[in-house]
Amino acid sequence: MAGSTPVSLTADPPVAAASATPARKARFSPGREAWRRFRRHKLAMASTVILGLIVAAVVLGPLVWRVPINEIDFSAKLEGPSLAHPFGTDDLGQDILARMLYGGRISLAVGLAAMLVACFVGVLVGAIAGMSRGSVDAGLMWLADLFLALPQLPLLLLIIYLFRDSLTKVLGPEGGVFVMVVAVIGGLRWMQVARLVRAQILSIREKEFIEAARALGASNSRQVVRHILPNALGPVIVAGTIDVAAAIIAESTLSFLGLGFPPDIPTWGRVLFDAKDTMDMAPHWVLFSGGAIFLAVLSINFIGDGLRDALDPRRVL
Amino acid sequence: MAEKLLEIKGLKTWFKTDDGVVRAVDGVDLHIDRGETLGVVGESGCGKTVTARSVLKLIDMPPGRFEAGEILWKGRDLIPVPAQEMDKIRAREIAIIFQEPMTSLNPVYTVGDQIAEVLRQHDKLSRKQAIAGAVEMLRLVNIPNPGKRVHDYPHQFSGGMRQRVMIAMAMSCKPQLLIADEPTTALDVTIQAQILELMQEMKDKLGMSIMLITHAMGVVAETCQRVVVMYAGKVVEEAPVEALFGNPRHPYTQGLIRSIPRVDRAAAQKERLEAIPGSVPSLLNPPVGCRFAARCKFAMDVCVKAMPPLKEVGPGHRVACVL
Repeated sequence: MAGSTPVSLTADPPVAAASATPARKARFSPGREAWRRFRRHKLAMASTVILGLIVAAVVLGPLVWRVPINEIDFSAKLEGPSLAHPFGTDDLGQDILARMLYGGRISLAVGLAAMLVACFVGVLVGAIAGMSRGSVDAGLMWLADLFLALPQLPLLLLIIYLFRDSLTKVLGPEGGVFVMVVAVIGGLRWMQVARLVRAQILSIREKEFIEAARALGASNSRQVVRHILPNALGPVIVAGTIDVAAAIIAESTLSFLGLGFPPDIPTWGRVLFDAKDTMDMAPHWVLFSGGAIFLAVLSINFIGDGLRDALDPRRVL
Repeated sequence: MAEKLLEIKGLKTWFKTDDGVVRAVDGVDLHIDRGETLGVVGESGCGKTVTARSVLKLIDMPPGRFEAGEILWKGRDLIPVPAQEMDKIRAREIAIIFQEPMTSLNPVYTVGDQIAEVLRQHDKLSRKQAIAGAVEMLRLVNIPNPGKRVHDYPHQFSGGMRQRVMIAMAMSCKPQLLIADEPTTALDVTIQAQILELMQEMKDKLGMSIMLITHAMGVVAETCQRVVVMYAGKVVEEAPVEALFGNPRHPYTQGLIRSIPRVDRAAAQKERLEAIPGSVPSLLNPPVGCRFAARCKFAMDVCVKAMPPLKEVGPGHRVACVL
């Protein structure tokens, strides 16, 4: 169709047409602007570096630090940090560093996966509520309120108590617990995201550019997917970041209460749980496992903070 | 007589509110012929915009409702057309541009993506072809260096440029009718003239009709062939542009024309600008008779009893007044 449009009288020289390749990257894309603002948030940048190191350590660490996680050596139990065992050993003489590098994978994976579940459910529910309004909206928000009112920890414990065995049978001890912990943590954290998305949609759907899109023939689903959701993404990303931290804490809590992963899977919460009995004799055990959780969660929260500043649409600078 | 592209017959678009039913458009008749520019004028809140949005069925329902009337697009009534089919008519046959160019573009996409999206939605095109089409459209609306600008974001464009982009988007599927809802109100005067000229140019090149909604009588005189004057949800006068300015029959039209600021007289010798006293009646509970009667200096007893119907007073010149 473009070929048939008559060229304007004040047309540019053909050179301009030749340079019209879509390959050129836009220099001022919203993403780039956000990155520029994010970089100015020093705490968030430092946190990104720290979190990056933690992620690199748990992903690559077990490849470099090749000490087995379950090698029992009673002659070296509850030893403090040394060259042979940088983080010391536990009551069975197992190397804590190796256990934490391995367990960190699961802790972080649980956090990430639970966040994805929470965001997916939250965006879906929020988008349906925001677009439908009326009784569907009221019903879904009522459901969200209901979930918010549930006492989460007892509920988590109850669900896990009831379903752990049957899921473990189907998916194996590791996979079963992972799926369950992710589903339970994610399933109990979607409400904030849903409310956020709904509020965003309610405000964005009244914007002129949505009406313009509608006037140019965009169907309802296209309006939501192409035009509304990308504009609502900023707050969701921020909420998602905070959710990762909350999910890591939740997993640690579950493991600490002995209801998360089995003892042979040393997630950070599990290591902390094992360490609590010898806190007076071997403080390094508690400190390293607790410190890892603390550092990961703190840096994720700071990153969320930086993202909020970077993605806030009202910020111009 | 030219072919009637769009004909609105007795259209009533009402809105249900907590205070009662607002009769925003209350029995509007108008038509647009192929290739002409129709001006729709009237002060704020007289139903111009609601009429325009009704044509594309962009009214939120509820609270809005088509109470009565027909919107005949090339002889076919649009009111019963289902939403999915309306999506195909929008942009491809009837397009609209809005008053606010600053907020009518999606901030997260480049302008090229947005024009390309309209193109791809209605024609089967690859992404590359669509971007090339977008460049072509930007060139058509006189955006300098379109090959580069196509990858820019809306915030990198000025108001006038954005309105050009909006026009490019609206024009990209070559609609037969362009509804321009106060396209120049938010722009400064020199840009205004450029945009109007651009629309005129587009119209001549693509042979479409324009429904130009405005409250600026000067703009109407400049660009339109025929004019419809609306007041409180009704058409009070309809005339070819020369007849309207040369021989305005309705007291409201006369008032509108007298209230145009003139630049050709110095401030000192200028009599005060004549405003029409009073304001638009409430559309919640409109008066039974002529809706302008309360503000009309010629009002008589008959005026408040019944709304006078539109009657022919000249070739193509109809007025709803007893005078």
